[in-house]
Amino acid sequence: MNLILVLPILIPFTTAILCLFFWKNIKAQRIFHLSGAFLYLIFSFVLFSEVRTNGILVTQVGDWVAPFGITFVGDLFSAIMILINGIIGFATAIYAVGSIDEKRAQYGFYPLLQFLIMGISGAFLTGDIFNLYVWFEVMLMSSFVLIALGGTKPQIEGAIKYVTLNLLSSAFFLTGCGILYGVAGTLNLADLSIKLAELNNPGLVTVIGMLFLVSFGIKAGIFPLFFWLPASYHTPPAAVSAIFGGMMTKVGVYSLIRVYTLLFNHDIGYTHTIILVLASFTMVTGVLGAFAQTEFRRILSFHIVSQIGYMILGLAIFTPLSIAGTIFYIAHNIFAKTNLFFISGVVRSISGSYSLKKLGGLYKPYPMLGILFLISAFALAGIPPLSGFWAKFIVIKAALEVEDLISVAVALFVSLLTLLSMIKIWNDAFWKDKIDSESEEEVNQFKSMSKVKKIFFLSPIVLLALITISIGFFPEFLFSLSRDAAEQLLNPQIYIEAVLGKVK
Amino acid sequence: MIEVILLSFLSAFLLPLFFRFNKKLPGIISTLVAFFLFIYFASTLPTILSGNVIKESTPWFPAVGINFSFYLDGLSLLFALLITGIGTVVFLYASKYMEDYKYSARFFVYLTSFMASMLGLVLSDNLILLFIFLELTSVTSFLLIGFKHEKESSRYAALQALIVTGTGGLILFAGIIAIGIIAGTFNISDLLSNQQLIVQHSAYGLILFTFLLGAFTKSAQFPFHFWLPSAMEAPTPVSAYLHSATMVKAGVFLLARMNPILGGTELWQNSLILFGTITMLFAILTAVKQTDLKKILAYSTVSILGTLVMLIGIGTDFAIRAMIITLIAHAIYKATLFLISGTIDSQTGTRDVTKLRGLKDKMPITFATAILAMLSMFGIIPFLGFIGKETLLDSVIRSGLYFPFLPIIVFVSSVFVIAVASIVVLRPFLFAFKKTPRDVTEAPFRMWIGPALLSLLGLVFGISATYSLTSIVNSVSASIFNFNSDYTIKLWYGFNLNFFLSVLIVLVGLVFYRYRNIFIKIVSHSAIINYVKPSFWYDKFISGLNKLATTQTSLLQTGFLRHYIIIIMLAFIVFVGYTFFRNIPLSEINPNFNSTTYEKILAGVIVISAFFVVKAKSRLYAIISMGVVGYSIAIIFVLYGAPDLALTQFAIETLSVILFVFVLYKLPKYQNFSHPTRRMRDFLIAGSSGLIITLIVFYVTSIQLQSEVKKFFSETSLPIGMGRNVVNVIIVDFRALDTLGEITVLGIAAIGVFSMLKLILREEKN
Repeated sequence: MNLILVLPILIPFTTAILCLFFWKNIKAQRIFHLSGAFLYLIFSFVLFSEVRTNGILVTQVGDWVAPFGITFVGDLFSAIMILINGIIGFATAIYAVGSIDEKRAQYGFYPLLQFLIMGISGAFLTGDIFNLYVWFEVMLMSSFVLIALGGTKPQIEGAIKYVTLNLLSSAFFLTGCGILYGVAGTLNLADLSIKLAELNNPGLVTVIGMLFLVSFGIKAGIFPLFFWLPASYHTPPAAVSAIFGGMMTKVGVYSLIRVYTLLFNHDIGYTHTIILVLASFTMVTGVLGAFAQTEFRRILSFHIVSQIGYMILGLAIFTPLSIAGTIFYIAHNIFAKTNLFFISGVVRSISGSYSLKKLGGLYKPYPMLGILFLISAFALAGIPPLSGFWAKFIVIKAALEVEDLISVAVALFVSLLTLLSMIKIWNDAFWKDKIDSESEEEVNQFKSMSKVKKIFFLSPIVLLALITISIGFFPEFLFSLSRDAAEQLLNPQIYIEAVLGKVK
Repeated sequence: MIEVILLSFLSAFLLPLFFRFNKKLPGIISTLVAFFLFIYFASTLPTILSGNVIKESTPWFPAVGINFSFYLDGLSLLFALLITGIGTVVFLYASKYMEDYKYSARFFVYLTSFMASMLGLVLSDNLILLFIFLELTSVTSFLLIGFKHEKESSRYAALQALIVTGTGGLILFAGIIAIGIIAGTFNISDLLSNQQLIVQHSAYGLILFTFLLGAFTKSAQFPFHFWLPSAMEAPTPVSAYLHSATMVKAGVFLLARMNPILGGTELWQNSLILFGTITMLFAILTAVKQTDLKKILAYSTVSILGTLVMLIGIGTDFAIRAMIITLIAHAIYKATLFLISGTIDSQTGTRDVTKLRGLKDKMPITFATAILAMLSMFGIIPFLGFIGKETLLDSVIRSGLYFPFLPIIVFVSSVFVIAVASIVVLRPFLFAFKKTPRDVTEAPFRMWIGPALLSLLGLVFGISATYSLTSIVNSVSASIFNFNSDYTIKLWYGFNLNFFLSVLIVLVGLVFYRYRNIFIKIVSHSAIINYVKPSFWYDKFISGLNKLATTQTSLLQTGFLRHYIIIIMLAFIVFVGYTFFRNIPLSEINPNFNSTTYEKILAGVIVISAFFVVKAKSRLYAIISMGVVGYSIAIIFVLYGAPDLALTQFAIETLSVILFVFVLYKLPKYQNFSHPTRRMRDFLIAGSSGLIITLIVFYVTSIQLQSEVKKFFSETSLPIGMGRNVVNVIIVDFRALDTLGEITVLGIAAIGVFSMLKLILREEKN
């Protein structure tokens, strides 16, 4: 068994359990939590470089040979996602120490966050469709509790919508698993890929694919299934919104890409056209939704939806360049989006609100915060030379190459509206004067924070901003990675042979 | 050149450090930076003028053909000199003008970054690189227009400029990528030899459209011009620099740069002439009725930009030369006039021409400077503006295009230019002094020296044109045409038609200036003006967008969980259901009904209890019916020989019913609010979803593959897994990881229940 592939699950699992043992001792929990996140970061990098140099890694959990046991597979796409998860998990861990209140920390915040990271890692690494379902459940339960933890009214309201609609997704997922097992008699993804081809019934495979499209579409937040996302992401503390908005939604996108490259590639003309149409609708409805909001995190939440549209646009076009564009876009978007949520938390601690109507005047006293915001916001809107510009460039180039002018027009229009709504936050929170400035002193929790706490609060923001800038200035690295990962995805044979050996 | 651009950006970002040291330093240092850059570019003049180009390239993103490729030829050198030369004057001016602003360091950071971006733009040899710098100029322009951001109008103007130029930019982006795909390169110098490939491509029309939009929005062509007058919200040095001398000419630069690649077609020629001419005339007519000095200058800038576009459109070598000379002359005199308007504003406290009179005695140097600039704008011999006007008239008449309309329109706009120049200079300075909000004194040294030098330059260039301008104009037109031309610029061509026309223009213009009020009255009384006001449509567009967004969102994101569920189930029905009926002929669905009597009875019980759940009059009945469904499923497990599963199911069902009953006490009385039609709708949705799943399952059971996995499990369960109960071995051995995951889920749920019961924070204010 290759331990490297399992560590991304074991580390957060162990950390969470250690935290549970020290339920009342928050200090100890913080230390475990930070060192766990740091260890994860290191080993995610080790895993990543292993995969990069040696190709796809495979391990059989419990040493039951594939396809009989549960297989863990690290191809380049998974490894990239795990590395990003390591970075985001680490950043969030630091940020959480700086921003989470004592009360929530006393009621299991840190172990829950670790369980969430465990679930996300499992989803990225598993090579088994039912096991993926299990990791989805781990993610769903821990994220549900994280949303509800604290029990304020908006939190509970958001949490109920969140859990109901996601359970609906689970129901579709489980049905899909059942049908797949019924038809193909296997759950191993690589084996399924072979068996579904042997079935020689593309019509049925496509039907099952649609079932997964609905299930993962809910998870990913695509049109018309995204409702739970803007209904809940703005309610928990900023650290939670950040890892949800940045990382968790992308697990849905990851799964869509995985099954639509490995399993459901039998009637691409039909399935990917549907995805293409959904991509455009997702982009437009998401960005218009953001446009209608006047609350910092609600704007960001709707933007998640809109940008998921860009990602699945790449999947829909289904060329090496477009899939590379999707992976590039996912990577860039995770950093920029997480950071924006981080920043919203700082803004809130300074001004005591997320509402744009109540915010204002932040740029004059906090110019660095303003610049950090602009870096992520402009990256999100695709302003060069930040990371989002290249992501946009690759996706649009891919669309132009297949002469899909409608998608190009939609993508460009949406990127304009994205810029507009980012400027809306900028104008209202940073540029305009604050309307009632007398309450300023009493709500500003930031000022009274200790220096150490401020460092915990702000350093992850600087870190992510630096990553965003570096991707912008050195796009070649991420692009060549994305291209290689896309190459693997578009040649499922590589994946299958890695898991099952040379096919007899 | 990459070092030069990087250094400029670096110096911009270092300015705040100096600010801590001394508040005056950022202004002074950035002036020195601009001056140093000017010297650097001036030193390359001999190389470029002797017909060489300087090319350099550093790999950046080679995988997609994007590199730091720079290219210094006549055209880019001319722009670089204007950017750094006028930049030096503006920075010097601003170092005094902005001195009292608390956040002046930020101002110089933006302004220096702008200069660096602008240099990058004109030097780029790669279309994507050019686009990147183009966007950066838009961003820095946004920050500069909104510099006084506590003012609503500044924020509005900044956003407006960003949207208009940003939209054009985005569309241009698509065009650039398309060119890259067609020609296989983004390098401008490589594209020059691919002109035919692009021009004859079926997408040429679309590509041209994107470039025109990009250039027209950036260079404020009608109907996209309106952001430029609004941009006058920016501090005056910004208006002089970005919104007159440099950034707004980026569109013109782009057209000139692309002329040898996209030009030479009738479509190119006609669209440029059409939009250029409309802009030229419309803007100058609008300028006359303004009263704010900066607005007048802004509209007249728009008009000149139109003239430049028109001249590129005409595209003869005479027209291109006229374009180059007009561009230089305009940059010099318009920057001067803008700076003077800033001086007047800061010295008197107003920019309203109706309140300004007789400043000549109080501000003699500024007055002299203004007169010099005005004479160049008039086109009086021997100023550079004179050569500009002569060559303009000459090339328009000589081209013979759209005769006689084009020459007439040019003549009329030129007349208005005279009037505008008079309004800006003669009106505030001449006549008897009128009291202003502030006591008027002459401008401080750093604010008059630059404009004075610039305005003298207009005179010097005019007199020495043959020697100072001939070679650079030839070099620039060589870059625009992609071949060498050899022409001598002269100040004096003799008493020809153009000269008489020039004189006539000045005379008519002055007469018109005297009686302009009659014209203004007529214009301001016509209601049509409001409808051709594109800014009106811009506001409509933005508010329409807002309305659309709000309506859409209130329709989709209603806030009601039941709506979300309905839409998701409908999506399921459409995607899965439609695909199923599309792909699978109903005749192939042959369900196997060979079940035992027990099974049939159980199926009946399940269906009937499901109906009871829905129709139940109280919650208790509904829960009990649910329990019946669950127990029946457990019995099915028993029938299939899985007693352990059945026991689990029994336990769970019993527990849930008991728990539900406890919760029921806390809930209000059960009432049914929903309308029968809604219940019907819900029934249909639920029914079709169930039907689809049922059909799929029926179909699937008929086409199963032989499962190796099942065989493996039953064969190895005992010998290797050491268990007779295969299900158990699967759970704890074959697929133990699944079980670990599910146990974790339960653990998390336990934490959740505990914490949610114990921790209820007070409502956070939002």
